[in-house]
Amino acid sequence: MGKRIAKEVSIAVAEAVKQCKVDVIAAYPITPQTHIVEHLSELVANGELDAEYITVESEHSAISACLGSVATGARTFTSTSSQGLALMHEILFIAPALRLPVVMVVANRALSAPISIWNDHGDIMAERDIGWIQTFAENGQEAVDLVYHAFRVAEDRRVMFPAIVNIDGFTLSHMIEPIELPDQEQVDRYLPPFKPRYKLDPRKPLSMGPVGIPEIYMEAKKAQDEAFKSAYRVIVKAWDEFEEVFGRRYHPVETYRLEDAEVGLLIMGSLAETAMSAVDRMREAGKRVGLVRLRLWRPFPLRDFVRTVRGLKMLAVIDRALSPGATGGPVATEVRSALYQVPGRPRVASFIAGLGGRDVTVEDFEEMADRAYFYLKKKPKEPYEMIGVKE
Amino acid sequence: MRKELAKFKGFSAKNLPKEEPFAPGHRACQGCGEVLALRLALKALGMNVIAISATGCMEIISSPFPYTSWRVPWIHIAFENAAAVASGVEAALKVLKRKGRFPKNRRVDVVAFAGDGGTADIGLQALSGALERGHDFVYICLDNEAYMNTGVQRSSCTPYGAMTTTSPPGEKSFGQMTWKKNVPAIAVAHNIPYVATATPAFFLDLMNKVKKAALVDGPAYVHIYSPCPTGWGSKGEDSITLAKLAVETRIFPLYEVIDGKYYITRKVTKPKPVEEYLKRQRRFRHLTEAQIREIQERVDAEYERLLRLAECL
Repeated sequence: MGKRIAKEVSIAVAEAVKQCKVDVIAAYPITPQTHIVEHLSELVANGELDAEYITVESEHSAISACLGSVATGARTFTSTSSQGLALMHEILFIAPALRLPVVMVVANRALSAPISIWNDHGDIMAERDIGWIQTFAENGQEAVDLVYHAFRVAEDRRVMFPAIVNIDGFTLSHMIEPIELPDQEQVDRYLPPFKPRYKLDPRKPLSMGPVGIPEIYMEAKKAQDEAFKSAYRVIVKAWDEFEEVFGRRYHPVETYRLEDAEVGLLIMGSLAETAMSAVDRMREAGKRVGLVRLRLWRPFPLRDFVRTVRGLKMLAVIDRALSPGATGGPVATEVRSALYQVPGRPRVASFIAGLGGRDVTVEDFEEMADRAYFYLKKKPKEPYEMIGVKE
Repeated sequence: MRKELAKFKGFSAKNLPKEEPFAPGHRACQGCGEVLALRLALKALGMNVIAISATGCMEIISSPFPYTSWRVPWIHIAFENAAAVASGVEAALKVLKRKGRFPKNRRVDVVAFAGDGGTADIGLQALSGALERGHDFVYICLDNEAYMNTGVQRSSCTPYGAMTTTSPPGEKSFGQMTWKKNVPAIAVAHNIPYVATATPAFFLDLMNKVKKAALVDGPAYVHIYSPCPTGWGSKGEDSITLAKLAVETRIFPLYEVIDGKYYITRKVTKPKPVEEYLKRQRRFRHLTEAQIREIQERVDAEYERLLRLAECL
């Protein structure tokens, strides 16, 4: 078992990628993802990681090269943020449809305009429907652990879908935290070599990416969707096995002091740490507030989620992204929809907070919880509201 | 001459490969010059190939699931990224060979195909990136001088004066009002070891150039002129004639650029007038005598420039 050492999270993520023995990395620089790929280039340059590092000329080419590489049978990694992820958009849909299991770390950052290098989830929420497995890390240790998990699950022959690990830009990617990197032997035990059933090989020719005429397009999409939904079991099982090898336990949905709670705050990503402090304070003040955190966003952990929140009176969903003119933040709309058919479901209040690097404080969480309490008595006027905006 | 090419004797009618990596039964139009170029290029490369196609006519006609014309491993991802996908394939082969997960001594040629739109317009950035990075692969542009797959819209490779659906002649237009982009020159500017032009009318020349492109270490670019009866308004049976005339009028000269040095592979000493080429195609039918003269002058000047390049360097 490795030692806990203070490390910048980006560096630790790159070290984890190295331990996964990736064969090909194709990436383009964009803040705040740069420290990950810089460190990987260094590892390749020093011969510590035997891989090809393709210094592509754009993110569009980064993901395109990744698909070519993984289709040829190489374990493949990339990383990006914000505008870079948006530039990849077109190709992101093609990876899961062709069942090409690339792993990508997204250091989440706001989308322009106004141009902002700071953190929110606007970039990844625009990629909600791409069909990739998507997880959100709360802290540095989890970011690292989710990388091993992502490769393990994505490349599983029952899965064969690409995976994104989301880490909050700067507020997580640039933090220095005590992180335990496991021994190589543990990683090797957890992550078998990549052996895809189908690959580009002249000894066994096949055609990838053919035309889907109307007579087969829907069948192809149905097959993709069924496979994606059934990947859920493998994802959860891989976390069971993760515990056996590494000793840390992960679930698709996490809770904090949720037992007997009336109001639950729901969040994804590293802000959950602040939210926990807020919960502690509110609990001390006698308020029955708890926390729900979605670690797995796609495929959506529907059953586990409903089971977790069904006893609550109110769920206050904190979105880090804005869907202008929608019926709520992207996570809130999803959650409302998930709960709609549940008898005695909790009410859902939608808050948009922390856009473009705006700090979300313990007091902000307290304010949102208070409003959520208030909305139990009086219906909100608007389907969603922004928190922390200067008037 | 590069040492990788020293042993290559060239194809002749006697030693043509038997294999057809590209199978018949595809859905290309009658008289398609592009699919002929594609078939010949693959025939030159053989079966130890991984092919990447950009979106376009050749991708559509060759892969209507569950059918495929590709007897070699083939992948299509999108329109503008064939060169980037090829970069990934090449890098993967390299590292897998190094790590012993692919037979070290097995030669595999990585070849990317794209049309003129996928090369000169939307795919130019990905192409430039891949050429600059020095991947060992062949990029083949099958140039039919417009976006044929979407219904004959103009590209930057559409010739001056040509009528397309987005460069229609009218009161204020005579068709395409810009001169064809010189993509081979752009490829040459990347200092890659091999660049060539070819047409299916001179099929041995085409096959030899594609083979040489594969044999050199590093990136190679082959620009293949590909007649399109549907888009050009020409007769299907005229495709080879047009491909020949394009060379004989000096409109599409055949040359190679090896390590930056230009070689004209088919010198045209007694050129035919461009009109002979233009008049066989509906896309040029609206042109006036003055416009044809303008094209003639430009073609003459371009050929002079090419001759100087071939002499000086």
